[in-house]
Amino acid sequence: MSGPQGSLGSRERVLAKVRAALADVPRGEDPGDVPVLRRYDRTHRQGPALDLLVDRLEDYKAQVHRVAEDGLPGAVAEALARRGAARVAVPGDAPAEWFADSAVEVLRDSPWEERVLTVPELDAVDGTVTGCAVAVAETGTIILDTGEHQGRRALTLVPDYHLCVVRARQVVDSVPEAVERLEPALPQTWISGPSATSDIELERIEGVHGPRTLEVLLVE
Amino acid sequence: MRIALFVTCVNDTLYPGTGRAVVRLLERLGHEVVFPEDQTCCGQMHYNSGYRRDAQRLAVRFVRTFEDADAVVAPSGSCAAMIRDNYPRLGEDGSRLQRATAELGPRVYDLSELLVDVLGVTDVGAYFPHTVTYHPTCHGLRMLRLGERPYRLLRNVRGLTLVDLPGSAECCGFGGTFAVKNPDVSAAMGSDKARNAASTGAEVLCAVDNSCLMHIGGTLSRERAGMRVVHLAEILASTEREPALA
Amino acid sequence: MSSATFVGMPAFPDAARGATADAQLRHNLRKATGTIRGKRGEVVEELDDWAELREAGRALKDRTLRHLDRYLERLEESVTAAGGTVHWASDADEARAIVTRLVRATGEREVVKVKSMATQEIELNNALEAEGITAYETDLAELIVQLGEDLPSHFLVPAIHRNRAEIGRVFRERMGEWGVPAPEGLGDDPRELAEAARRHLRQKFLDAKVAVSGANFAVADTGSLVVLESEGNGRMCLTLPETLISVVGIEKLVPSWSDLEVFMQLLPRSSTGERMNPYSTVWTGVTPGDGPQEFHLVLLDNGRTDTLADEVGRQALRCIRCSACLNICPVYERTGGHAYGSVYPGPIGAILTPQLQGVQGPVEKALPFASSLCGACYEVCPVAIDIPEVLVHLREKVVDGKRPGPEKAAMAAAEWVLEGPKRLHAAQRAASALRGAVPRRLPGPGAAWTDTRDVPDIPERPFRDWWRERSRDGRGGEERR
Repeated sequence: MSGPQGSLGSRERVLAKVRAALADVPRGEDPGDVPVLRRYDRTHRQGPALDLLVDRLEDYKAQVHRVAEDGLPGAVAEALARRGAARVAVPGDAPAEWFADSAVEVLRDSPWEERVLTVPELDAVDGTVTGCAVAVAETGTIILDTGEHQGRRALTLVPDYHLCVVRARQVVDSVPEAVERLEPALPQTWISGPSATSDIELERIEGVHGPRTLEVLLVE
Repeated sequence: MRIALFVTCVNDTLYPGTGRAVVRLLERLGHEVVFPEDQTCCGQMHYNSGYRRDAQRLAVRFVRTFEDADAVVAPSGSCAAMIRDNYPRLGEDGSRLQRATAELGPRVYDLSELLVDVLGVTDVGAYFPHTVTYHPTCHGLRMLRLGERPYRLLRNVRGLTLVDLPGSAECCGFGGTFAVKNPDVSAAMGSDKARNAASTGAEVLCAVDNSCLMHIGGTLSRERAGMRVVHLAEILASTEREPALA
Repeated sequence: MSSATFVGMPAFPDAARGATADAQLRHNLRKATGTIRGKRGEVVEELDDWAELREAGRALKDRTLRHLDRYLERLEESVTAAGGTVHWASDADEARAIVTRLVRATGEREVVKVKSMATQEIELNNALEAEGITAYETDLAELIVQLGEDLPSHFLVPAIHRNRAEIGRVFRERMGEWGVPAPEGLGDDPRELAEAARRHLRQKFLDAKVAVSGANFAVADTGSLVVLESEGNGRMCLTLPETLISVVGIEKLVPSWSDLEVFMQLLPRSSTGERMNPYSTVWTGVTPGDGPQEFHLVLLDNGRTDTLADEVGRQALRCIRCSACLNICPVYERTGGHAYGSVYPGPIGAILTPQLQGVQGPVEKALPFASSLCGACYEVCPVAIDIPEVLVHLREKVVDGKRPGPEKAAMAAAEWVLEGPKRLHAAQRAASALRGAVPRRLPGPGAAWTDTRDVPDIPERPFRDWWRERSRDGRGGEERR
């Protein structure tokens, strides 16, 4: 281990104490011998997934628009215009068509091509436009895993406005279905509405440190 | 049916009227009640206070006294729960106590369970012309899971008006020795429960456990709320000829 | 600007006396816990399979705990393979030393922090301060606590004991000492207060080079860590700095990635009462080009292995720190968290603290008794920790360690009386003989009862006398009560 002096000692000490504490566990027992009943549902089927996703996103104060594939550039342009955004940061691989109808300056962030926007640059843009990996209808959750059209995590964190393109095929009913689709090695951000807090008298308020406005374009 | 009465030490000593009511009620329904005189206490106070060995001895006595009974009725939700839920934890694995309690436990009933589940009655022919609110008690609610049983019994009592108790699921704050070990919290909980009870405008607060009623009733009485506390058994035993609260 | 400490707090019954007498505190707590109880109830009700999820959560945690050594080694392997460095800390001292050393090695004098129970438990902020390093709490409630030199009183909402007016005052008076001051004319509206927190912390986040966090889950198989949050302060700390140090209790493990499908349903619904919390971050070691390029995981024991050794008490380590048991607890609602004298308040704290720290001290000895055993905590626990069972078990330990005294004598006497029906009968007769002589206010320990409650009237005779007479006469003795 590359730990500090004595850390190796601590490692052995902790593991030895764990083993001593588990003296009651039969020697031959395998973790798989401890029964785990998974009788819960893979999906709750609370309604058509896309309708449910819209309902749940709106419940958490995200703005949602349902658009057809060929209407996407127009919807992007409308959303950015409504927001009054002039400069947006986008992932390096964001499709150019997304912005075909928009009159905004598009700053591409491609860490793998050494074109990285600095934190102050991200702080100075009017918003960000990305895709997502999976969306969970039942909980109104959009999951980004830095994969296609998503960029690195800072991109959807520092700007105050996040416009997210979600495709119908990316929508699943439930949390188990989403977990199944995700690749754990990739960094993930699970987003359920704009940033919020309930720290003052348990009253939910939208908008603290993360993007204070989340807008979703659901492409069918 | 022949039913053994475990009156419980608190009822025996402080609330004999509850025991008498159980006897009168069950006999009125055509059943035979026996009272094994060797009985004392279920050991709940000792168990809950950390005196396990004392509780074990009392559990052994209980089992010895009642093991031949077809059915045991305890007019105290917390004692019934002690016997059913906690006795199996008192004996070591594979011990005689553990086996005996596992065998006897399912035949021990709270009064409302005995009436509804075993004897199959929800109308016991009672008469009680008062407005009543029901406190479900923690043991009744979360351990015995009495659910609708007491409410069904009360709704069938002639003359009785049942009103909802706000915050009914919350503990009254008695908790055995908790009441004296943490008197300030216990009193704060009791006074909130008493306030909720008084807010219903009912004349009577009813429950299946005299320990809780002693605490809430003691608070109501100190606060001069003018509300009586009455055990479920006494309401169900009440008739026009022999009314409770006469 | 030192952080307050729980060390030297009075034991629960004494601390509770002040708390129950504080009308403002009672009001704040009633309002807050009532709100969150309602929200939790609604979103749990929504899922028909809640009981099955709870059972799976319980079983997964039990599986992990029963084979914790194996899972810890597995986690170490996977985190290391993903570019992280794993450190082991047997106790708080070691953990503090490791974190302090790691921060010093970066040359930075400031760290941003994500709310973490583990770092509160080891009182990390004080240790860093002693080394000239300032730790900035970034969770809104933690910020309120830090600025007010206060103590946390809840897992999820550490400032639950404060209302908006009190928070507004703390912000106006203290923000300037720590950095960007509160805006001119800041009022008490929660929206304004949240905005003030954003402005106060914004530059700190953007400039931070080192962050310290905990984790809600650590996946042994993949080495992934998960942090759930709401405000985005967690994302800021976990994403923007160059170095990330995560202090994680050894009980936070789950075996594999797919197990998150259970816990990501159980935790948000039990905790904030939401279907899903606004933000969760998952990271696995170091990802080139994204997030901190140096990642240290500090695995913390600090009494957890002692807890693990107790076959009854072990279940407390299943805890996922949702705080549902605090929110439902009638005792917590009336005392708040500070009365528990520990970073872990409420029902779970009453079983966790005495196990992590042992039952020698007055605070730890009193905690297992800080409950009426009403069972509401067990009912809402998403991993089915039978808190009343463990409380009683710990009471036994406290009693076993007690020297003979009045309580032991009274309990022994009571058992002696109750062990013999004849003795019980004699005691009942003696009590009946004294009826009418019982004063309205009892002296000594009895005063704890009669200060607020009347004592019941002692009946003329016990039930068993009535029964005997009735059997003898062959009829009921109704006329004599």
